[in-house]
Amino acid sequence: MGDTSRLCSVWLGSETGILKGVSLSRKQAFNFCNTSHLSRDQEVRTLCWGDPAESELLVGSVDGTVKTFSTEKGAFTETRRCGDPSEGCFTGLATLDGSALITCVECGTLRVWREDSSEPVTELDAGKNVCRMRQSPAHRHKVATGGKENGLKIWDLEKPEKPVFTSKNLRDDWLDLRRPQWVRDMAFIPDSDKVVTCTGYHQVHVFDPSSPQRRPVLEAEYGEYPLTALSLPAGGNTVVVGNTHGQIALLDLRKGLVRGCLKGLAGGVRGLQCHPSQPLVASCGLDRFLRIHSLEDRKLQHKVYLKSRLNCILLSSRDLEDVGGAKGKGGSQEVKEEEEGEEGEEDEVWDTMERLEEKPKRKNPEEEEEEEEEDGEEQKKKSKKKRKKGQD
Amino acid sequence: MDITEVPVSPDKKGKKKKNKKPKKTSVSQEGNGESSGVEKMEEDVKMEKSEAAESAFPPTFSVSEIKNKQRRHLMFMKFKQEKRKQKMQLKKKKKKEREALGDKAPPKEVPKTIENQRVYDETTVDPEDEEVAFDEGTDEFSAYFNGLTNPKVLITTSDRPRGRTVRFCEQLATVIPNAHVYYRRGLALKRVIPQCVARNFTYLMVINEDRKVPNGLVLCHLPDGPTAHFKVSSVRLRKEMRRRGKDPTEHSPEVILNNFSTRLGHSIGRLFAALFPQDPQFVGRQVATFHNQRDFIFFRFHRYIFKNEKKVGIQELGPRFTLKLRSLQKGTFDSKFGEYEWVLKRHEMDACRRKFQL
Repeated sequence: MGDTSRLCSVWLGSETGILKGVSLSRKQAFNFCNTSHLSRDQEVRTLCWGDPAESELLVGSVDGTVKTFSTEKGAFTETRRCGDPSEGCFTGLATLDGSALITCVECGTLRVWREDSSEPVTELDAGKNVCRMRQSPAHRHKVATGGKENGLKIWDLEKPEKPVFTSKNLRDDWLDLRRPQWVRDMAFIPDSDKVVTCTGYHQVHVFDPSSPQRRPVLEAEYGEYPLTALSLPAGGNTVVVGNTHGQIALLDLRKGLVRGCLKGLAGGVRGLQCHPSQPLVASCGLDRFLRIHSLEDRKLQHKVYLKSRLNCILLSSRDLEDVGGAKGKGGSQEVKEEEEGEEGEEDEVWDTMERLEEKPKRKNPEEEEEEEEEDGEEQKKKSKKKRKKGQD
Repeated sequence: MDITEVPVSPDKKGKKKKNKKPKKTSVSQEGNGESSGVEKMEEDVKMEKSEAAESAFPPTFSVSEIKNKQRRHLMFMKFKQEKRKQKMQLKKKKKKEREALGDKAPPKEVPKTIENQRVYDETTVDPEDEEVAFDEGTDEFSAYFNGLTNPKVLITTSDRPRGRTVRFCEQLATVIPNAHVYYRRGLALKRVIPQCVARNFTYLMVINEDRKVPNGLVLCHLPDGPTAHFKVSSVRLRKEMRRRGKDPTEHSPEVILNNFSTRLGHSIGRLFAALFPQDPQFVGRQVATFHNQRDFIFFRFHRYIFKNEKKVGIQELGPRFTLKLRSLQKGTFDSKFGEYEWVLKRHEMDACRRKFQL
């Protein structure tokens, strides 16, 4: 069990309660289940890494329990009861300084739990109908929440009374009617204070807490269907959004224009995540497939059929197609050594090649000049050729 | 005439040099109408004589290079006749060989059909798969399949339906037991659904009409079940059926679901199965068939009678129609804000002729 879990680079939670791990290099999917019998109560709603070393996964289920799964051992190690199912499903899960756990449920209660006690250390109310809670990767004590008729609020967990930033709704439309708001997903833009959100009214907003403006700094629209998931690629300036019809688009955050669409999904997108270093985006949804697209050419690279509807996705930071694993390590080391040896030889070959190529580079502008002058008189061309031959 | 015929035959073969004499060719074309029969004979003669010369022509010549439509057509007809003749000769030869070999003849080759060549779909359900079995066992239809609820169907149409659609609804109500037809008074479906749930309906069927003909069907499973949207075509009402039997009785029919093999197909199959009561009354000898072929679902309603152990007679009663799935949405009808489990994306999914979704 431990072997298989170490190989997996993509983790997904399904509606049937099964945690699925996919190994792309081996093109295999593995099911990890807590109990011998499945039940719909265990439907996985959120996933997050338990520690920065990515050796533990935290799985939040519909019945209010948070389970810890160890990727080294390949089994569930502990279960914690973090709330009632009557309050709603988990909408966000995050870890703070290793031992503390932040949970948020649909009714708006955001709690910080410590390892030892069964009572939350901090509790705050983020409004009603919260759809998503996300933690800022730069400042671990800052979280953002948003939901239906509940705008974006950024909270600092060290000062839980009031949110640090509350967003204002858009201006009334041309009929002076109040615009409805429905924040479905958000993300913190790295290297700045800004937050991107996507709404159920097919809008993408960028908020800047450091500016005095509480309304969105940038407004963009995509499609006609609610946007359900959002992710930021490593490059910056772009955002990937997915909607309920299975359309995934890359939007540019400078002007708000659509850069391109990723095709292939047939059902609503439930989870989207971009890889931290590689230009890849993984998507999962109601059509029971995991798809990995490349961001550069927007082509489908991998497609894996996983038999249940998928709710959430989590990528590991290491290379997705990495073989990995204990058994693979020895082999991979040998392969690396060979590759290094080959590369060393190749370097020598390339060095010699470079020296040779310098001469044709000089010749090219000469050839271009000759071609341009060919349009002119033929006699001049012949004479020039003769002269250049003399020079060589 | 002989002098003008020389440019005619090389013209047919597409040599452009001879086209420098347009006047003579026009004369010969006028002559074509008058003495076409004669010319044909002469052309045939020329063809036979120049067959040897033809082989000297470049082999990349094709019939489509001839600019004259009549001549091109004639050449093409000849080409096709040649091909057909060759095919018949080949067939005769093969048949003779087969008869000659007798028992040792190799088995007949299976012809390729689109169903044969179907691209293997990875979502095809394996009957022993536990995860899929659990998924199906606990999905929205579990209440029906565990015997806890009985189907009760509400049939309605889009607003202001015309005669054909109204008759179609009435006939559907006779085919589906415990079905009620209601006039849609311009009511919004999102408001109708809570009322249906309160009155214990399990299905809402809305037949959409366009230009006096039914063309769409929205099938919504009621407590909180999936909503399927189909395109309806080829509707034949009872009056238009040939050799039909008497009207269907009140007995619950048996249900046959053919060829729903993928995971999506399974969901749709269960959607149809839950329309009818679980225990069919064999006394009534009626059967409703939903046959899926190439992503089109054909609905037929028959009455059968066993003449003896091996022979059955069937009579088609009731309406017949074909359905094509356009989208499957999770939750009750909410086309704007609902989450779709499957949407037909024509340009992506219909690109390959041998790939089917159901």
